[in-house]
Amino acid sequence: MKQLMTGNEAVARGAYEAGLTFASAYPGTPSTEILENMVKYKDDLYCEWAPNEKVAIEAAIGASIAGARSMAAMKHVGVNVAADPLFTFAYTGVTGGFVLVSADDPGMHSSQNEQDNRNYATAARLLMLEPSNSQEAKDFMKLGLELSERFDTPVLLRMTTRVCHSKSLVELNDREEKEIVKYKKNIAKFVATPANGKVMRKNLIDRIKNMEAYSNTCEINKVEYNDTKVGVISSGVAYQYAREVFGDNTSYLKLGMTFPMPMDKIKEFASKVDKLYVVEEMDPYIENHLRMAGIDCIGKEIIPEMDELNTDIVRKAVFGTDAETIKSDMEAVVRPPSLCAGCPHRGFFYTLSKKKNVMITGDIGCYTLGSAPPLSAIDTCICMGGSISAGHGASKVFEREGIDTKVVSVIGDSTFFHTGINSLMDVVYNKGCNVSVILDNRITGMTGHQENPGTGFTLMGEEAAEVNIELLCQAIGMKKENIYVVNPLNLKETSDALDEALEKDEATVIIAKWPCILKKFTDQDKKDFDLSPKKCEIDQDKCTKCKLCMKTGCPAIQFGESIKIDAASCTGCGVCMQVCPFDAIKEV
Amino acid sequence: MSQVKNILLVGVGGQGTILASKILSEGLIESGYDVKMSEIHGMSQRGGNVSTQIRFGEKVYSPIVGKGEADIIVAFEKMEALRWVEYLKDGGKMVINDFEIPSVPILMGAVEYPKGILEELASKVDISVFEAGKIAEKVGNSKTMNIVLLGALIKAMKIEGIDWEAVIRKNVKKGFEDINIKAFRMGSEQV
Repeated sequence: MKQLMTGNEAVARGAYEAGLTFASAYPGTPSTEILENMVKYKDDLYCEWAPNEKVAIEAAIGASIAGARSMAAMKHVGVNVAADPLFTFAYTGVTGGFVLVSADDPGMHSSQNEQDNRNYATAARLLMLEPSNSQEAKDFMKLGLELSERFDTPVLLRMTTRVCHSKSLVELNDREEKEIVKYKKNIAKFVATPANGKVMRKNLIDRIKNMEAYSNTCEINKVEYNDTKVGVISSGVAYQYAREVFGDNTSYLKLGMTFPMPMDKIKEFASKVDKLYVVEEMDPYIENHLRMAGIDCIGKEIIPEMDELNTDIVRKAVFGTDAETIKSDMEAVVRPPSLCAGCPHRGFFYTLSKKKNVMITGDIGCYTLGSAPPLSAIDTCICMGGSISAGHGASKVFEREGIDTKVVSVIGDSTFFHTGINSLMDVVYNKGCNVSVILDNRITGMTGHQENPGTGFTLMGEEAAEVNIELLCQAIGMKKENIYVVNPLNLKETSDALDEALEKDEATVIIAKWPCILKKFTDQDKKDFDLSPKKCEIDQDKCTKCKLCMKTGCPAIQFGESIKIDAASCTGCGVCMQVCPFDAIKEV
Repeated sequence: MSQVKNILLVGVGGQGTILASKILSEGLIESGYDVKMSEIHGMSQRGGNVSTQIRFGEKVYSPIVGKGEADIIVAFEKMEALRWVEYLKDGGKMVINDFEIPSVPILMGAVEYPKGILEELASKVDISVFEAGKIAEKVGNSKTMNIVLLGALIKAMKIEGIDWEAVIRKNVKKGFEDINIKAFRMGSEQV
């Protein structure tokens, strides 16, 4: 029987069925569940969390060169981190089949930008497949590994949030074991020196011709002729929207392989229809290929270039009609995301928000929510690992110009391991003086609790060596007396450490260590931290309704005729208790 | 049935629309429908609005429900009913759990939880309102709130020929089958 699966589950299933044996990834929405589902098949394959996307792809490249089918998975911005090895891997080609899954996020549901990673396929010359539902996600994963071996190329499997997270029916097959290719040293193929590189470059161009021939004949670039007055070219989930909006009386060219583009097939299709639409999410990727070939079409002049598409948007763009809806004059209040009740970041950000003359450079993780009111304690957020290095640059400028502003850089444990370590080396090496704060909540939080090099466990659930952040900082040259380890839920301790660090003219690190309140605590967590269940309560006789406790932004504290703490959501972290000047909050 | 039917389950992160939608989609698949399901939520782990969208019919393309398309909306929380009403089809039905979860701006005292939501919705669309949590408590386990709402939804869907109780038995925790069936029946009496 067919099973209802998300695209991410289906990709993992496809990899399993295709006899893949090595997978690596760094978690990032909407790609995270691919590797989480891979663990189901751990008897037959190996999978791991890498500290960052570049490492993930390099490990998978190594596995491919060693002869195994391999893959790496990441979110769209992760491919930026992994781009360096990716571009040269396109030159060398593979031994075992290799697929890179890029999960793009049109609409920026959980991302800092909405770049269209189809552009990587053209830039790096990667064979690209674009599934539009879960069945295709599974099939294209398998096909990708096959094509990777057939054309000696890395394959980009380009997913989007809706394909990753929507469930649709998938037919399951058995795993076919794939014998690994016996390793043979091949310097000319795998050592990308300039001399070898020139040969590789030429091979790459020849390879594209072969891939294009395949693209023109393959079944996944599928033509469906109905009435030919109107024709639609589309790919990915945009095809599903277009198919529904244009209906059965329109002709379609659905592209499953979008690099190299099947230009012959496209020309033929375009010549047979009177009016041609290109419906695609984000960039005019398909459209540009058509225009370069002199094919006229209607595309981004009506279909929005940003945000996620849906049937409403496509219908409105093409037919100019709005959906008929029931309107209400009343408006629902927004539900903006906030740090959870009991989140250890709250104590830290509350304390930091009270410090004057500081610029706070932030990073990517739950703690980015420290930028939301009432805390508003983050000034910048650019990319993974960027807080410490951006803070270093800013603080150098302030110092040089004699500006009385100190810089505090905040980063999570997983993000510190991702690329923050390099940044901290920059600070120490170049005599920077920003305060680097590592918010160590003992897990990768935002993406839903994945293990990392600091948690003591691997993706496959085995015990592992743990990075000692304090010693690591010392090893890269940070003075021992400039490293502070604090409990971020203890406001005085945190405030004192911040004051001391801000006073110093050299690099300092504060490690704010407390586990994420939502994580499954390990035995070690229970030993290291007091995690016994507690609740806080407001003594209404003492409460003056000064609302200072509400400045912590805790969602368990509710304002009404009186201020109350919701017992169901309170975890007794005690931050509000320390903030209250009237001693009106007690632990119960 | 060639027409695609659209169901929306809307609520707040942590309310657990997942089990209800899993049971619903399993029943539909067993009866041979093409089914697509999407869960849409923002980036926060808790407290944000969440929707589970189920589309079924002979052949389903888009995995998400468009505005004005939902045949039935089940709102696990009152303000979410208001937020999603523009997705309801003309003549569609809303099943509303009479339950409030204030969001951060309301908790902060910046705005009030909107008053008169039920009256407003009743004046515009066909609604059934009940306190699913209280019914679940009456059944004997407050965690069966999902199943109470599922019962109401399936009754409102008017689909014949699916043995829902068998699907429920298969999907709920062992030892809790009977109480969930009871919750399911109580829920279906609310519509």
